[in-house]
Amino acid sequence: MTSRFDDVIIQTVCRILIPFIQIFGLYVIAHGHSSPGGGFQGGVILGASFILLCLSYDIKEMKRRLSRKRAILFSALGVIIYAGIGLLCLLLDGNYLDYGRLHRILPVDPVRARSMGILGIEIGVGMTVMAVMVTIFIDLASEEEKRN
Amino acid sequence: MIWQIDLILLAFVLVCALASLMVKDLLSSAVIFGAYSFFMCILWAEMGAVDVAFTEAAVGAGVSTIFFIVAIVKTTRRTKD
Amino acid sequence: MKLIALIAVSLTGAILIYGTADMPDWGDPGSPASLHVSPRYIEKSVEETQVPNIVTSVLADYRGYDTLGETTVIFTAGIACILLIRRFGR
Repeated sequence: MTSRFDDVIIQTVCRILIPFIQIFGLYVIAHGHSSPGGGFQGGVILGASFILLCLSYDIKEMKRRLSRKRAILFSALGVIIYAGIGLLCLLLDGNYLDYGRLHRILPVDPVRARSMGILGIEIGVGMTVMAVMVTIFIDLASEEEKRN
Repeated sequence: MIWQIDLILLAFVLVCALASLMVKDLLSSAVIFGAYSFFMCILWAEMGAVDVAFTEAAVGAGVSTIFFIVAIVKTTRRTKD
Repeated sequence: MKLIALIAVSLTGAILIYGTADMPDWGDPGSPASLHVSPRYIEKSVEETQVPNIVTSVLADYRGYDTLGETTVIFTAGIACILLIRRFGR
């Protein structure tokens, strides 16, 4: 699981496939407005792409792209983005998570601002889910002596 | 909602759930559980809940199966009962 | 011991199957769940939020506080996994 397993077919296929999986995950997050999907599903797909990187290469290669510390930082940042957008609405004389108030700082009308607020929190949810999936996988799969 | 397709899918779900409980080999059990999640996903999609089907396919059939397999690799493959 | 477990499971299953007899049919427009709040969302969500997918608009806008709690639960699960599984340096 964590030791390097050199197989040229698996590594080549995964190296070609992983960018497309990540683009698809970003598409699911960004296109959740008008098609099935959203932050949770897109975040899981993004996390699964990193897990595929770990399975095809080894855990060192994955930690080079997304280290443990950065994963924890991302998972906290997603919750902060979500709660921060809600707090921003509170500061702009609205209720908590009332995205219509964002039209005062965004150059759009209030109805469009609600759509923009939904996109913002989807990005936050996707970040948290992706980072938590990667964190759990690293903690399950890593060996005793390999830290950070 | 076509009841014949529903009946076939529910039968598959039931068979997968029972097989996942009965099988002695935990790795096979994890893979059969992934198949169970996939049939649940088709069932959700057939009932019109596409978002739930998407979540089930991504989480149930994808990531949770990987977590089960990693846990089996780290512990033991045989069950006692 | 196994006999008691079998009886308990069968009894619970029988009660649950008996309970489903009172539930409304699948997709019944006259059921209580689709009489009060669902028509409001179906009629107004596109005009109020400009989101064609009603599921996303309900999940992230009308029930946004619920989704915030869900995200916090996922974050807490990750933190709990770190605390339980990770081997810290000695």
